[in-house]
Amino acid sequence: MEEIFISTFARSLAFGTILLWGALGAVLSERSGVVNLGMEGMMILGALAGFAVMQTSGNALLAIAAAALVGALAAGLHAFVSITLKANQFVSGLALTMLGLGLSGVLGKRFEGLPLFTQLENISVPGLSSIPILGKAVFTDQNPLTYAGILVGILLWVVLFKTRVGIQIRSIGENPAAADALGVNVVLTRYVCTMLGGALAGIGGAFLSVAYRPSWTEGMTGGLGWVAVSIAIFAAWNPLGAIGGALFFGGLYHLQFRLQESINPALLKMMPYLSVILALALGALRRKSRGTAPAALGLPYQRGQR
Amino acid sequence: MIAAPLVEMLGITKSFPGVVANDSVNLELRAGEVLALLGENGAGKSSLMNVLYGLYRPDAGLIKVAGREVSIRSPLAAIGLGIGFVAQHPLLVRRHTVAENIALGMRGSFWNPVPKVRSKIFELSKKYGLEVNPDAPVWSLSAGEQQRVDILKALARGAKVLILDEPTSVLTPQEAEELFKVLRRMKLEGEGVILITHKLDEVMAVADRITVLRKGKVVGSLETSQTNPTDLAALMIGRQLEPVRASAVQVGASVLRLENVSALSDRGVPAIENISLEVCAGEVLGVAGVAGNGQRELIEVITGLRGVTAGLVMLEQTNLTNVNARVAADAGVAHIPEDRLQMGVVGNLSVAENLALRGFETPVFSNGQFLEPAAFESFAQKAVAEYEIATPNTQTPVRLLSGGNIQKVIFARELSTNPKLIVAAHPTYGLDAGATAQMQRLLLERAAAGAAVLLVSEDLDEVLALSTRVAVLFDGRLMGVVKRDAATREGIGLLMAGRELVTV
Amino acid sequence: MKIVLEPRPTPPISWLLMLSAASIFVALLVLGVVFLVAGLNPFSAYATLASRTLGDWDGWSRVIQRAIPLVLIGVGLVLAFRAQFFNIGAEGQLLVGAVAGSAVALFLPSLGFLTIPIMFLAGFIAGAIWGFIPAILKLKLEVNEVITTLMLNYVAATLIEYLITGPWKGQNQVGFSYTDDFPAAARLPLLGSSYIHIPTLLLGLILAVFVAVVLSRTRLGFRMRILGESIATARYVGINAVSTTLWVVMFSAGAAGLAGVGEVAGIHGKLLEPGQISLGYGYTAIIVAWLARGSPIAAIFTALFLGISFAAGDVMKVSLQLPANTTNIFNGTVLMLLIATEPLVKFRVKLEQVKLVKDAR
Repeated sequence: MEEIFISTFARSLAFGTILLWGALGAVLSERSGVVNLGMEGMMILGALAGFAVMQTSGNALLAIAAAALVGALAAGLHAFVSITLKANQFVSGLALTMLGLGLSGVLGKRFEGLPLFTQLENISVPGLSSIPILGKAVFTDQNPLTYAGILVGILLWVVLFKTRVGIQIRSIGENPAAADALGVNVVLTRYVCTMLGGALAGIGGAFLSVAYRPSWTEGMTGGLGWVAVSIAIFAAWNPLGAIGGALFFGGLYHLQFRLQESINPALLKMMPYLSVILALALGALRRKSRGTAPAALGLPYQRGQR
Repeated sequence: MIAAPLVEMLGITKSFPGVVANDSVNLELRAGEVLALLGENGAGKSSLMNVLYGLYRPDAGLIKVAGREVSIRSPLAAIGLGIGFVAQHPLLVRRHTVAENIALGMRGSFWNPVPKVRSKIFELSKKYGLEVNPDAPVWSLSAGEQQRVDILKALARGAKVLILDEPTSVLTPQEAEELFKVLRRMKLEGEGVILITHKLDEVMAVADRITVLRKGKVVGSLETSQTNPTDLAALMIGRQLEPVRASAVQVGASVLRLENVSALSDRGVPAIENISLEVCAGEVLGVAGVAGNGQRELIEVITGLRGVTAGLVMLEQTNLTNVNARVAADAGVAHIPEDRLQMGVVGNLSVAENLALRGFETPVFSNGQFLEPAAFESFAQKAVAEYEIATPNTQTPVRLLSGGNIQKVIFARELSTNPKLIVAAHPTYGLDAGATAQMQRLLLERAAAGAAVLLVSEDLDEVLALSTRVAVLFDGRLMGVVKRDAATREGIGLLMAGRELVTV
Repeated sequence: MKIVLEPRPTPPISWLLMLSAASIFVALLVLGVVFLVAGLNPFSAYATLASRTLGDWDGWSRVIQRAIPLVLIGVGLVLAFRAQFFNIGAEGQLLVGAVAGSAVALFLPSLGFLTIPIMFLAGFIAGAIWGFIPAILKLKLEVNEVITTLMLNYVAATLIEYLITGPWKGQNQVGFSYTDDFPAAARLPLLGSSYIHIPTLLLGLILAVFVAVVLSRTRLGFRMRILGESIATARYVGINAVSTTLWVVMFSAGAAGLAGVGEVAGIHGKLLEPGQISLGYGYTAIIVAWLARGSPIAAIFTALFLGISFAAGDVMKVSLQLPANTTNIFNGTVLMLLIATEPLVKFRVKLEQVKLVKDAR
């Protein structure tokens, strides 16, 4: 029993890593007030960039850096359109997703079906892995990007809630005019948060194509970006909650492999999507008296207008 | 030797498409004084201060701070020069605590500066008499307390010059007096205060010198001791406007009757409790009170925009409790809404369409399910002529009209059905003197013709000038209803602060 | 010099057309660069695309075939967007429409000439129900509709996968995942040898005209316009925002359901893989609606235009060996440019000479 629990937990964590990076990206971006529905697009671009660099150079660090850069650049486009041009953020994110899927499809054609000669090997954390239960469930035979994701989540929480910059980011997401009046650079902060968020999403994509499923296939993110956005929402934009949410949905996806003998796989595939809707609805019921969403989420900031 | 003034603004010109907001304006603020910047809405006070605070760049002119010429490109630069700004509606993050709001402006530290900020708050509170709990979330504070936070925010960053934009508009007279005490403490510390206002009595009470703006130009710069309210009003308005005042009216039968009405706010907490009042034909019942004490909910309950949790709303013999807005309107309730741009009109629809918002479902504007464009047009032509609405034509999107003309569109529409009850929320807020007088006259005319008028306004002078009786709301309760002849500013002020319960 | 934005009245149609044309032109340039990167000569690629889509009746018939679902969905989305409901779920609404139509065709006893109308009705209702879920979640719980409608797309797709691999798997379909063929009474008449299914085409055109008349000439339409511009004003004049929005969204989603029936009954004659029923019509129709700028009649033409994009996608796959996803680059760029140029619609851009601040010393 314990074995099953531990292995389920560990596998959920592994799959959840893809979602975790994306969700953290969404949390960061949305805490500063910028909705980014382009997660799916940035993740798939990151996946392609990561795979392409890994395939040609064999250097995992370089691959991750490339994925982060591509994710950040894609997010930069979204930032320009939604922050500078003050366009509709929801549409811009959607357009970004279309662009990402299209570009990665064309540019990735020659990587389709290629193998990776070097891989980002799983490791165990010395010391921590010998903790009873927790050591096996979390710190044994996981990808470095899994550990890094959890670390980044904790770090993001510290930054948002325990530092001066964190107060600035959250204030901008709540009331940009208040921050502006105190001389905090709203536009710059939003750009940085959006682009860093894109970088995180890109790394999530790279984890998928370089480590979790070392290959490139067109559209391989298959809607995970959207699930990541949803996790940010019902984690109430809290990075620690996002870790939990990613683990939960990682578990749902993992169940597909466990149960496909006994239940029609199509129904199992449906489960995470239904769960997102259910979770959003339940989350909304829980905080019925106005959500915890940053008050200025999705609203472009124009000085002198309120 | 005389020290250089804290701030000098020389020849400041700032124009926007279609208007010159400031036309070579000069202004000087000395250490240890309160300077009143007096002018009507739209005279260019805010634009001038936005220039000083780095929110706008002037087209021409220069600014000196402590004798040195400076270029203020952003609020950050202004803060660096020791200039602080307290906006009319405090710019605060409602979900954060007082300390977090003040920490937002802090520089230097990497970690969250809240612990350091708390001790700073205590120190400043003591020095200036600004009491506030650093750990309270901002949404839980009253308007007056929020304003104190905004002032603290500026002081915590070392402001030597404090700009206050219409600070008393959200305060009771007593709270305003508290604020003035703080300003006097600041003077003693050698700081300078610029008070943006259009209220003459507070200018006389607290300012040392006065600069008067009219249509973007300085029309006078004088010492308070050398002038009086009448002269100031003439300077500010440029002509003697006959103040609109209610004449004695014949009060008729009861039109609106509220019995023990209670209702919740949007957040689901009680907003008005157990309110009973009556408005009769021919009278104007003014509702005074600091914003946020239940006025909005009271209006919405009467106009069919909000349900009650208890009580009865009666318009003559019709029960309007928990009906929707259309039923209330059809029964004879006109509503001049507080938020005229978001609620009162649809910006992208034409003047003609906006004039038909109430009636388009009736046979006047439609034939069965189909609309009659010709009826829209002829109605609009008539309204534009009668209410002197300045618009290129009736098909112009209403968003392109000025604030005063938008309000005329709303009045024209709401009064066209000869309503029995007119509920007017802040009907003159932000309008120029001419439009203000026109709106006030319209309300009085309708009352004289037999309509009942419920007037909610933050402008106590307006309430006192127009009302037959004055009701005061505090914390959702009706503190009392006073006949105009028996009403004094002080008495009303006490009621507004929730001090005393008077029965008629 | 500095740039000044000045609010303006409703801009002239020629200006809107020019902005749209410019957006499309830039998107074509971007796609041209992608062709280059993919090792194709963009000029000959475009020449191939143009001749295979607009060069002859065969090409045109494929354009029209693709435009049929786009008209139906696009008109619906024009309505939904006007009601400020951002429906990204037309894809799923189309798919459940296809499911409902298939259910009628496969499992109801023969209904003769009534079969097709009942299939359309079933598809409309199924789509409307699929739209009801996110609409009620948004209106009552403020759950963001973009995510819920999108998730429902995946739910609809997996539902079809389940049906065609499970309970509805055809008796005669060995090794393939689709249902049995529809009976002849459940097949839509086609135009000549093309795949233009006439009843669906007519439905789309009628719907566009109907919606245009309702919007501009009726009390209901005026209510919808007020609601679409300002929820506060709608409340103020006593329009029930919740129920009006709910009906608008359900109508919009129902229209997508009609498109789904058209695809399975007109082209395939069976329920099959979701990716084969719809090539992303639900997503592309967003651009149809956005380009139409709130006008249902304009949506007919913008649908036709994006029909070309779709037909071109087919050509790319077959003749240019590019992934079908390539059209997404074009679509994404157009959409991005359309919203990026929105300020040019609302404001007049002026260059103004700025008096420099004189140095006093």
